[in-house]
Amino acid sequence: MNNLIVLPLIIPIMTAVILVFLRRNIILQRIISILTMIFITGISIMILSAVQTEGIIKLDFGGWLPPFGILFVADSFSMLLVVVANIVTIICLIYAFSTIGARHEQMFFYPFVLLLIAGVNGSFLTGDIFNLFVCFEVMLLASYVLIALGGERVQLRESLKYVLINVVTSWIFLVALAYLYGTLKTLNMAHIAERVAEVGQDPLITTVAILFLIVFSIKAGLLLFFWLPGSYIVPPTAVQALFAALLTKVGVYALIRTFTLMFPLNQDVTHTLIGIMAGLTIVLGCMGALAGKDVYTIATYNVIIGVGFILIGLASGTEAALSGAIYYLIHDMLAKGLLFLLVGTMVYLTGETIVKRMSGLIQNYPLFGWIFFVVLLTLTGIPPFSGFVGKILIGQGAIEAGSYVLLAIGFASSIVVLYSLLRIFLASFFGETTVSEEDKKPIPKGVMVSFILFTISIIYLGVGAESLSVYVQDAAHTLINPSIYIDAILGEGV
Amino acid sequence: MRKVNDVILRTVVKGVVLIILTLGVYLFFSGHNAPGGGFIGGLVLGSAIVLLYITYDIETIQRKMPFDFKKVAALGVLLATGTAIGSLYFNVPFLSQTDGYFNIPILGEKHLTTVTIFEAGVALTVIGTLVTIILSISEDD
Repeated sequence: MNNLIVLPLIIPIMTAVILVFLRRNIILQRIISILTMIFITGISIMILSAVQTEGIIKLDFGGWLPPFGILFVADSFSMLLVVVANIVTIICLIYAFSTIGARHEQMFFYPFVLLLIAGVNGSFLTGDIFNLFVCFEVMLLASYVLIALGGERVQLRESLKYVLINVVTSWIFLVALAYLYGTLKTLNMAHIAERVAEVGQDPLITTVAILFLIVFSIKAGLLLFFWLPGSYIVPPTAVQALFAALLTKVGVYALIRTFTLMFPLNQDVTHTLIGIMAGLTIVLGCMGALAGKDVYTIATYNVIIGVGFILIGLASGTEAALSGAIYYLIHDMLAKGLLFLLVGTMVYLTGETIVKRMSGLIQNYPLFGWIFFVVLLTLTGIPPFSGFVGKILIGQGAIEAGSYVLLAIGFASSIVVLYSLLRIFLASFFGETTVSEEDKKPIPKGVMVSFILFTISIIYLGVGAESLSVYVQDAAHTLINPSIYIDAILGEGV
Repeated sequence: MRKVNDVILRTVVKGVVLIILTLGVYLFFSGHNAPGGGFIGGLVLGSAIVLLYITYDIETIQRKMPFDFKKVAALGVLLATGTAIGSLYFNVPFLSQTDGYFNIPILGEKHLTTVTIFEAGVALTVIGTLVTIILSISEDD
C-alpha cells in the first residue's frame, strides 16, 4: 500500500510527541527513539526495493489527485537518501546516549532529533514545492532548538546568527514560491516541470530558477557558506555530526531535484552558474581547510569542499556525473558524520581544539586512531573506501561534459583534503603522548560502537558499491529523464 | 508593590471571557465549511485564557486550571496526527476524511465529520503553544 511512504515523516513526529510525556524517564526515551529510527530505516529499505520493482510510488494525501493535492513521491534518489539519513541518525543517537548528558536529555533532546529527521525525510519525499518549504521549516525549527540547547555564551551568539540567516533565507524561498506560482499557476513539482517544458524556459522563469538557486545555496553551503563554519561548531558533538551529515545535504538534494526536474532547459545559464559556484566553493573551502589551526575549522571547511564537489556532478549534468553525485552524496553523509564524531571525541579526550597541542593519541587509543585514518582515506577517495566511486564517476561526467576546469579543481581539492586531515593525523595522533597510561580518559563503549558502525558502513559503501549500483543507476536514470517522474505523477494522458 | 485597583478590569473580564470563549467555540465548529476552524478557534480560546492570566495572577489561574500547557500542545499534535494516520487502518490514502449524517436523540440530524477531530487537535496545539509562549515570557522578568 502506498501509505507506507508517509511513515518516515509521521512516525518520528508522533514518537517525538509521545516522548514529551516521558520527559523524566530518560532510559525509556532512549529505547523508544532508537527503536523508532530502526523501524523507519527498515520501512525505508522496503520502500526502496519496492521502487525497483514497481517504479516510482506516489501517495496523494486525502485522495486529492495531482496537481490539486499535496503528494509524497518515492523514487530511488529520494529513498536512497532517506535510508542513509536514517542510518546516520541511528548512529548519532548511539553516540549521544553516552555523551550528551542528562541535562540535554531532560530538555527534550530526543524529541527534537526525531522532529529534525522527520523534516529531513519529508524534504526528501515530498512532490510539492510548497510542501518542501514546510518540511524545510520543520527541519530548521528543530535545528534552531538543537543548536541553542545548552545555553552557553558562544552558542547564543552563533545560534542567533544561524536563526537570522535562515529566517531571511526562508523568506526569499517564500518570495520565490510566490513568483513561481504567479508565473506557472502550480506548485506540484511534476506539473511545474510539464508547464516549463510547454512554455519553454524564458528569462522570467530562469530568474525564478536563480532565486531558488540562491535559497538552496545558502541552505546547502554552496558559495554562500559564510554562516556555516561558525554555527556548526557550537552544539554538542552528536548534534554537530547530525547537522554536518544531514542539513547541507538536504539543500544539495533540493538543488539537484530543482535543476534536473523543474528547470533543466536553460542549462547555459543555470548550470554554468552552478558550475562557477561549485568551483569557487571548493577553492574557498580549501583555503579555509588549509588555514585552519583547530580541528573544528578544518572539519567544517571539509563539509564545504564536499558540497562543492557534489555539485560539480550536477553542473556537468550527464548520467555518469549524476550517479557520481548520488554516490558521493551518500558517502559524504556517512563520512562527514563520522569525521565530526571523531573530532568531537578528540576534543573531549584532550580538552584542546588546536591541532598542534594534541599529540600521540594513537598510543592510548589505537582503534580510534586507525578509524580516523580510514576517514582520511575515504574523504580523499582512496580506492577500497566509499569516496572513490563517487569521485571517479563525477570525474568521468565532467570529462564527458567538457568541464575540465571543474575537473582539475575537484581533483586538486582531494589533495588539499588529504593534506588538511593528514596534518591532524600526524600532529595529533602520532608523536609522543602527553598523557600517561593511568591518566587517560576512557572512551565510552557507546562511542566506540558508533565509530565502528560508521566505519562498517563506509567500507560497505566502498567495497559493496556494486550492490548499490542498481539503485543509484535507477536514481540517475530518473534524474536525467524527468519524463519518467512526470508520467508517474500526472499519468501519461494529462 | 502598590496594590492596583483593577476592579473594573476584573468585572469586565468576567463577562468578556465568557463571550470570547463562546466565539471561540462557535468559530471552531463553523470551520471546514465556513470561515473558522481549529487554528482560529484555538487562537481565540487561547486569547481568553491569556486574558484571564493577565487579569488575575498566574497562581490563581493555575489552581483553577491545573494543566501543563506544553502537554496540552503535545496532546493536540497527537490527536491531529492520530486522525491522519487512522486512514492507514481503513486502507485509504493518508489524511483522508469522511463524513456522514447521524440522527442523534434530542439534537436531531447532525452532520458529523472526522475532520472535526483533526481540527480539535489543531485547536489544542494552538492553545497549548500560545499559552506556553505567553507564560514563558511572563516568567523571566
